[in-house]
Amino acid sequence: MLIRPKQGILDPQGQTVERALPALGFDGVSDVRVGRMVELDVEDESRLAEICERLLTNPLIEDYEIVDDR
Amino acid sequence: MTRFGVIRFPGSCDEVDALLAARRFGEAELLWHRDRDLKGVDAVVVPGGFSYGDYLRVGAIARFSPVMEAVAEFAADGGPVLGICNGFQVLCEAHLLPGALLPNTSLRFIARQVEIEVVNAATPFTRACEEATQLSIPVKHTTGRYYHPHPDSLADQVVFRYAPGQNPNGSLADIAGVANEAGNVVGLMPHPEHAVDPLVGSADGGKLFESMAWVPA
Amino acid sequence: MGTRVIGAGSKHTELGLTDYEYEQICEKLGREPNDVELAVFSLMWSEHCGYKHSKKLLRRLPTEGPHLLLGPGENAGAVDVGDGLAIAFKVESHNHPSAVEPFEGAATGVGGILRDIFAVGARPIAVLDSLRFGELDSARSRYLLDRVVAGIGHYGNSVGVATVGGEIYFESPYEQNCLVNAMCLGIAPHERLTRSAAAGVGNHVVLLGALTGRDGIGGASVLASAELGDGDEAKRPSVQIGDPFEEKKLIECCLELLDRDLLASLQDLGAAGLTSSSSEMASKGQVGIDLDMAEVPLREADMEPFEIMISESQERMLCVVEPQLLDAVFEVCQRWEVRATAIGTVTGGNRLRVFDGDDLVGEMPVDVLVDGCPLYDLEPEKPAGLVYTAPAARIGDADNVLLALLRSPSIASKLWAFEQYDPLVGSRTVRRPAQAEAAVLHLLHDGGHGAVAVSIEGNGRRVACDPYVGAAEAVLECAANLACVGAEPLGLTNCLNFGNPEKPHIAWQLTEAVDGLADACRALNTPVVGGNVSLYNEAPEGPIYPTPVVGMVGKLPDPAVAPINSFPREGLVVVLAGPFAPALAGSEVEKLRGELADGLPAVDLASHAQTLAVIRAATRSGLVVAAHDIAEGGLGVALAEMAIPARVGVRADLRSLENDSTEAGGSIAADSAAPDFPAASAANSRARSAAGPSAASASEALLFGEGAGGFLLACAREDADSLAAICADIPFTRIGETGGNEIVLQLRTASLSLQVEEAAQAYERAVPSSFE
Repeated sequence: MLIRPKQGILDPQGQTVERALPALGFDGVSDVRVGRMVELDVEDESRLAEICERLLTNPLIEDYEIVDDR
Repeated sequence: MTRFGVIRFPGSCDEVDALLAARRFGEAELLWHRDRDLKGVDAVVVPGGFSYGDYLRVGAIARFSPVMEAVAEFAADGGPVLGICNGFQVLCEAHLLPGALLPNTSLRFIARQVEIEVVNAATPFTRACEEATQLSIPVKHTTGRYYHPHPDSLADQVVFRYAPGQNPNGSLADIAGVANEAGNVVGLMPHPEHAVDPLVGSADGGKLFESMAWVPA
Repeated sequence: MGTRVIGAGSKHTELGLTDYEYEQICEKLGREPNDVELAVFSLMWSEHCGYKHSKKLLRRLPTEGPHLLLGPGENAGAVDVGDGLAIAFKVESHNHPSAVEPFEGAATGVGGILRDIFAVGARPIAVLDSLRFGELDSARSRYLLDRVVAGIGHYGNSVGVATVGGEIYFESPYEQNCLVNAMCLGIAPHERLTRSAAAGVGNHVVLLGALTGRDGIGGASVLASAELGDGDEAKRPSVQIGDPFEEKKLIECCLELLDRDLLASLQDLGAAGLTSSSSEMASKGQVGIDLDMAEVPLREADMEPFEIMISESQERMLCVVEPQLLDAVFEVCQRWEVRATAIGTVTGGNRLRVFDGDDLVGEMPVDVLVDGCPLYDLEPEKPAGLVYTAPAARIGDADNVLLALLRSPSIASKLWAFEQYDPLVGSRTVRRPAQAEAAVLHLLHDGGHGAVAVSIEGNGRRVACDPYVGAAEAVLECAANLACVGAEPLGLTNCLNFGNPEKPHIAWQLTEAVDGLADACRALNTPVVGGNVSLYNEAPEGPIYPTPVVGMVGKLPDPAVAPINSFPREGLVVVLAGPFAPALAGSEVEKLRGELADGLPAVDLASHAQTLAVIRAATRSGLVVAAHDIAEGGLGVALAEMAIPARVGVRADLRSLENDSTEAGGSIAADSAAPDFPAASAANSRARSAAGPSAASASEALLFGEGAGGFLLACAREDADSLAAICADIPFTRIGETGGNEIVLQLRTASLSLQVEEAAQAYERAVPSSFE
């Protein structure tokens, strides 16, 4: 699961990273958002969405994307 | 005499402080996170700290503990619930309060004495205050930036605001504390339990505990 | 003296043991050690665990005192604070790990010192940190400062222990070898103070807390017993990662186990993990221990027995439990969600036996492991030439010296750091960081009376100028801070941070410093209750300044009258009390001018002891509103620091002090119309260093010279005479009053004045602005 701050919410971590990159010689980078990743093995895939929405994310402030790594 | 129940999660830090503060104004005992029994207390305090290490998201795990089911029922019945700092975060995650708490804009922990204004003096935790008075209370948190998608819709659910120039974390509309629609559940980021003893600082925070025991003339 | 050889070759040299040490092991075992045993010996006989180069020297420190309950040798020392209560405390370094990974290094440093405190049965209630980095011009130093402060805050705040004080210094010798020393205080009723001696043949040895992984494998010997050179990337896998949530649960669990009397003994797992804790427990109890590696809960499945023995995975404790109490122990642990596993047994005899299931994979005599390590005599030799290059000059003749001092990061406000720590949890903090000269924590919620005060101090550069005097001054400075809040010293802990002791000039620094500490402790009747040594802090560029860090704990009867350290209002009388004899040698202003003195003026320890008693009486009287001892930056900086927090100015007339206490007499031949104090000319600088002090430098010495013994006290006008009476036996000069918005210092032929707001901007912005 890739978990990101919702668009429109101030993301100071993302902004800080974005501001630091040019100083290190990396230009042309924009729209940095910092989130987190949760990896798990699950037996019943149909429960994944519920797992994400009830515990792993706060839908008020975060979006998520399920990535199938098999 | 008012009986306060202070919840203790694994990782709670300021629960003993809340207990000590509450005991200046009534009786108080700890409620273990695994117990669904609120022991007939008159008010519940969800304290500050780092429940479950703030892992995954602040308050995200604590809000599923058995005691929180009982707190939800207690709140639904109109019982007064006060969430302080991590407690505020837990109550938001539990949907007992509107909005969410995000990392401070500075991305750092901030410990500072701040002035907050009482915006709503009608809740069980603010009725000993007068509207628009200022209280000097310390904040100490990394994740205190209040967020709500439609802050204008909050209306009189805003209970405390940081005084002008005092917002330490970038909270929307300087919101320091909110209530639910019914007005019996209140959460705030500042720590009133650390402002009850003149020996260690301001005693303004006592008003929140005093309010619970306050009977209008 | 064994020579340390690290490089390709036999296994023992790669593990940090000298050929001589390896021969000793073979001789005492009567055979060659196998791999498990070699790993165990390499850690137990490392500098960090064995104190090979310092143990003999440390015996010079006084360790007896009227309030002492636990002395050196236990996990932490403890003193009696009345009402059946004890305060346990200790300071420890985590220097090398912090240089490699500053966030986790600092965090686990805090975690480690916390465990030492609750291992003796005390609830941790306060943390202080002494930090030293290179100058803030360097990006690396800014990075280290940022991450170390974040790491300390992360761990201390999450675990619910207030961080109530500390110090941060910036000097170029620390550029490659930063210092991170963490001190912790804990409180316990006397009955709960626990010793670590394992006891009771047949009792279970139980491991509590986190899973065991490969954290810090070889950390003790590889990191702490070697100088940092190139290629410290390779040391990265040895860095430990901390989990403050696990530690919080562990604290509550262990304290409950002790309250219920369920444990025969308790020990924390620190450097060298199971190896050191089991052997030290066995040694103190004069018993043996059998451990089964197959029982240890692992984070990584394929760990070898030697890895399990030396793993430094954090947040673990070892305890000894009588068989009939085992179930009760497991029940408490389960409630706190703390893993508990019986991994061994206490045996008769003197052996540490390591099993892997039924296989015996290692067997060593406990006394050889713990006490058999060769102890080396130092070969001190006073250095003939300069050990350190003088610091680069940062101010010229046209600069405003007071402003330059206020904005020099070692002096400037550290609020940027303190605001990242929780000073309040526990509800005991009467004086928060930077509010008073020492932190003050009351004992009322614990059933006690009064309060304890604590201060942590060191000064590497002054110790470099004169190791004996500099080290004594560190003790005096702590005691002065305590006196400013009315506290009487009860005990002291110290961390000795030095370079490579096998080098004669470093051995000299260490020996002189220990003598200085010892003499000062004796003069103040304050015993050393425990401490730590961190050696080999050297880089190719050279060693760190010799840096003894002292943490001192004291008691005061009435915290409500403990003076703050700044002027709260106008109209207060300001006095200078004590045998104030400022000198430029070793001072911050000397550093700014690019000089480093050889030698410091001698200290009269007995006179200081007497002064401290008087200052204490004054600050306990309730008459003193604010108290500040004069330290870095001297009198001028101290007055400015008192003016800044509440923006209350001061007008001080120092004319009566001129000639009395400065390096040279004579009036100042200077431009008396200049609003700012005329800085010494280049000619005067040369004259000062070559032929002795000039008149201009005499004034500079009065305003900015340093040295113990000076105190600034502020009181209400109507109390000034009573205060003078209390201070009758020490020098006492009324120098001015608070008020206005300027800091004005009047000398005979010149006057220095600085707007409080300008001073405040320089002082408050210096550290934060370096990050912008």
